[in-house]
This record gives sequence, structure tokens and C-alpha cells, in this order.
Amino acid sequence: MTSGDFKTSYKADTAIFQTIWIKLWMAGLVVFMIFFPFWAGPYLTYVVNLAAIATIGALGLNILTGFTGQISLGHGAFIAIGAYSTAILTADAGFPFWLALPVAALITATSGLIVGVPSLRLKGLYLVMSTLAFSFIVQYVIIKWEGLTRGSTGMGVPSPKFFGHAIDNDRAFYFLIMPIVVMAMLFARNLIRTKVGRAWVAIRDRDISAEVMGVNLARYKVTSFFVSSFYAGLAGGLYAYYITDISPEHFPITLSIDYLAMIIIGGMGSILGSVFGAMFVTMLPEGIRIAADVFGTSYPVLVDRFFEVKVMAFGLAIILFLIFEPTGIYGRWIKTKIYYKSWPFTY
Amino acid sequence: MFSDQLHFLAQLVVSGITVGSVYSLIALGFVLIYKATDVLNLAIGELMMLGAYFCFNLITTYKIPYIPAFLITLVFSAILGILLERVILRPMIGEPILAIVMITIGLGTVFRSIIGMIWGPLNYVFPGPFSEEPLMLGTIAVSHVHLWAMIMAITVMIVFLAFFKFTTMGIGMRATADDQDIAFLMGISVKKVVAVSWLIATVVSSIAGIFLANINLLNLNLYFIGLKALPAAVMGGLDSIAGAMIGGVLIGVLENLAGGYLDHLFGGGVKEVAAFIILLLIMMIRPYGLFGTKEIERV
Repeated sequence: MTSGDFKTSYKADTAIFQTIWIKLWMAGLVVFMIFFPFWAGPYLTYVVNLAAIATIGALGLNILTGFTGQISLGHGAFIAIGAYSTAILTADAGFPFWLALPVAALITATSGLIVGVPSLRLKGLYLVMSTLAFSFIVQYVIIKWEGLTRGSTGMGVPSPKFFGHAIDNDRAFYFLIMPIVVMAMLFARNLIRTKVGRAWVAIRDRDISAEVMGVNLARYKVTSFFVSSFYAGLAGGLYAYYITDISPEHFPITLSIDYLAMIIIGGMGSILGSVFGAMFVTMLPEGIRIAADVFGTSYPVLVDRFFEVKVMAFGLAIILFLIFEPTGIYGRWIKTKIYYKSWPFTY
Repeated sequence: MFSDQLHFLAQLVVSGITVGSVYSLIALGFVLIYKATDVLNLAIGELMMLGAYFCFNLITTYKIPYIPAFLITLVFSAILGILLERVILRPMIGEPILAIVMITIGLGTVFRSIIGMIWGPLNYVFPGPFSEEPLMLGTIAVSHVHLWAMIMAITVMIVFLAFFKFTTMGIGMRATADDQDIAFLMGISVKKVVAVSWLIATVVSSIAGIFLANINLLNLNLYFIGLKALPAAVMGGLDSIAGAMIGGVLIGVLENLAGGYLDHLFGGGVKEVAAFIILLLIMMIRPYGLFGTKEIERV
């Protein structure tokens, strides 16, 4: 039994998988993930797919907000840009999906640069406002630029083809999305322990001190915007492929709030937290749907006002987490782990 | 021809000023809370909506006349404001900006769902005492609702200016806004100041909500106008009361002009985003708004 977390080298301290046990658990998880869609029905696979796509988006926002400390209310707009770029590249320009997806992500990342550069002078609440304004403008452009986006009628996205096989059911999508999610997580995790990641954390903790210590603020803030919107573009693209039909209604202003809620509920500045948060926020409505099915006869309000109940649960989750567990599910997870590790002693 | 154009312009400007004065009221709500507590209250749109629905219910269900219903709503929102501050916001003192922004968003979400549960997604016509006939100022038509909204906004602002200038509480609030610690040391009850700012902000937003429901329809999209007042507050500088007033009117006029002259170029709806585009442009030139104090940071 381990009595503490002792490291003898920096290499061990920055390793991604710190102990042999974590490696074993990870291997078990990979095996479980490969067999998961075969015993889970299409519905469960569908929910997990949505959560996985949301995970990519949440990772992106966590890089910008959780690690670099730049609060953005415009993440939903980047997701929309990614989704529409993918749709236009695939449907109109005829790109294959393995080309359309990265190109769309790059387009989104470039739009992130466009927002990032003027935001260099803005801080805190003023940045919140300018990103909110940006997402209103993006929504307006999507609705009004009918020649490109088909306006409010929306546009269809052809299913991706992989060696001649169309990926058009939940299980096939699961095997398309999961490797991308795993790569996205590994990339983010690796990025955080490099020079770039440490610069971001320094900016988050105190931007002036970071600048004094020689961190190029402008460069790293813009990099953060770039990487974050690249992730958003990937998530948007996968989302467009998955739901096959996108319209401005899929990307409301509140989408950015959903993503902020994910990283707050999951845990700010944590890769694993993004996963927890994305799962929680995606599965919350499904959980309420199950509750509505079970308790619907005795509490008809759950069925009649399903939408409002859903919205209220979401709002309450944000408030309760912020007041009682500001470190999110990840923080709770760490506390639980430490509790079991050090039991019966409290320290 | 020339006079026609001039007339069109004057009409746009006048109606912009009247709507803008309501934006100023909402912006005042943002600025008051921000100055006293450093909280950006993104739930103001929903608080506005709650006041409007509450007043509407008093008038239609309980058959209370307009003016008493209006006053009862103000009392209700005053109580709500104090409760919110005490139960939700006070535990959040000292938390990072993101947490505070998100908790007000969460509050707004909960309020919106409560309103949706009680009143549903219907459009209601607010039974106001205002006559439908527009008032003619020369050749420019102004509706009674708009005019009353403007008069109300100006009255509220004059009352607040006097309050901040002449009452002990008002001076205490300004002192707290300036420096919380020093105000505390001078014997000002900072807790009371914060509670009063929330009270004032919810009351003011209720007033704005009722007038906006009179101008437009009463439905679940009313909170969006609260978001449109945000550019007004930010544009004027988040910590400047005069800035909020000027910003509100400016946004009202500019978005009306954009709607009037640019709508046919972009296929309509320019009015909805004009405020945000203006906001972005101003942020690029003056990152702390037109009248906001530049924060000088020391490590």
C-alpha cells in the first residue's frame, strides 16, 4: 500500500501515467471502450457519442478558460463555425471527411485568431462581453448569409465515407469519434506539461507577473485562442457529421453557457474534468427524461413542462456546484481518492 | 426630397432616444451592482422579465389597477433583490470573476425556467393605461408608451443622482464603490450597501421590464433586451453611472439608425446585432469603455 505520493525525479513528476496501476486501469478502460457499443444499445451509444463530442469542445474551452484564464462566452460560436465549415466543405466543395474535418478545424482556429488578437487588450468582464458580442454577430451572419449557409432552413451534411463504407449509424460513429477524443485528450495533456502549457498557467495565475518573468503575453494568449478554437472546430465538425442536418437553432447563444457549465461542473483547469463535465451536462437531460418516464404519472409537471424542468436542473446544477464544490466533479474525485488512500487517517 | 430624408432621420433619432432611455435604466442596474460589488449581474434580463410577468399577473388575474400593481411589483422585486443578495451572492464574495458571472447566469436560467413553467411560451399583450394614438411632436410621431418610458427613465435617474449626492446611504455607496476597505474602516456598513445596491438594481430592472413589456409583447424573449442593454453599460464603462445613461441612449439611437439605413443592404435584422458590433468597435479603441476608469494593476 502506498503511504504517499513520492517522486524522485522530474520525469516521474511530469509523466502522463504516473504509476503502474494507472497504466493498468487505462488498459482496462481501453478494452472496455472497445467493447462498450456492442452491449450498450443504440440509445446509450448515441448519448455517449454526444458526450464524447462535447468532451472535445469542453477540452478546448478548458484550455482557454481553465488553463489560460481567458473567460469566453463565445465558444458556442466557434463550434458553429466548425460545424458550418465542415458542412460547406463536404456538401458544396466535395471534400472527403478526413480532409474536411482538419481543414474546418483550421478555419475555426483562424477565426479564433481573429477574435484573439483584439482581445489582447481586454481583461475579465470586458473580455466576457466582447466574446458574447462576437457570438451574436456569428449567429447573425449564419442566418443572413444564405448563399453560403442556407440561412435558417439549415443544410444537410453527407455521411463520412471510410474506405467505401458510409459511417452512418451510432456504432460506426462511436469508432470514429472515440479515437479522436482520446487523441485530443492526450494532446491537451501533453501540451499542458510543455513550455506553452506552463506559460498559459502563469498567465492565468497572474498575467503581470508572467510578463515580468518573460512570458510573451500576446503570443501565448493568441496561441491559447488558436488551440481552443481548433478543438471547438473539431467538435463542431463531428457534431455536424453526426446529426447530418444543421441549422442555426443547433447553435444558440446558450451553447457557450453550456460549455462554460461543463468546465465549471467538471473542474476548471483539468483534462479529466472536461470529460466529467461534458458527460454530466450531456447526460443531465437524459437523466431527467428517465425521471419523467418513471415519475411522470405521479408528477405530471415533469412531462408537461419537460423543457423548463431541464433548463431549471441545468441552472441549479451550475449554482449548487459553484457554491458547494467550486473545484467541480474532478475536485470531488481527487478528495474521494485521497480519503480512501489515507484512510483511517484524515491526512 | 431632402426634407423627407431629414424627417426619416429625425424620426429614427427620436424613437432611438426613447428606447435608449429604457436601455439606460437597465444599464444603470448593471453599473450599480458592479460598482458596489464587482459583480456583473447577467441575470438582469430575467429579473426584468420576472417583474413584468408579476405585474401582468396582478393586473389580469387579481384585477388590480395599473398603478397599484406597479407599486406592489416594486416592493416584490425589492424583497427579491435582498433575498438574492443574502442567499446566493454573499457566499460568493471573493470568488473569481468566472464563478460570479456563471452564478448569475445560473440564476437567470432558473428564473427563466420558473417563468416558463408558470406562464408558458405564450405572447401576452400587456394591459397598459397608455393610449394607442401617437403623440405628434411637429411632424415626428412618438407613441405614448415610449414617451412615458422616457419620462420614467429620466425621473428614476434624477432620483438616483439626488440619492447619491445628498443622502448618507448614497454617499456611503459611492464611498464603497471607490474603496471597499476604506469605506469599511470609516464605519460604513458594507453589507448594507451591497444589499441596497441589489435592491435598487432589481427594482430598476422591474421598472424597465414593465415598460419594455408595454412597448413590445410580454413573452419569454424579453430577457434578450436585457442582454442588449449590456453593450450600453460596457460601452459607457462598467463603473460609470453617467456612462450607463449616455451609453443607453447612444446604443438606442445607433441601432435605430443602423436598422433604418442598413437593413435593406443586409436583408433585415441589423438592429438586433448593431449594438454588439458597436460594442466590439468601441472595445478595440477603448478597452475600458468610454467613461470607465482604467484599472492600474500592481503586483
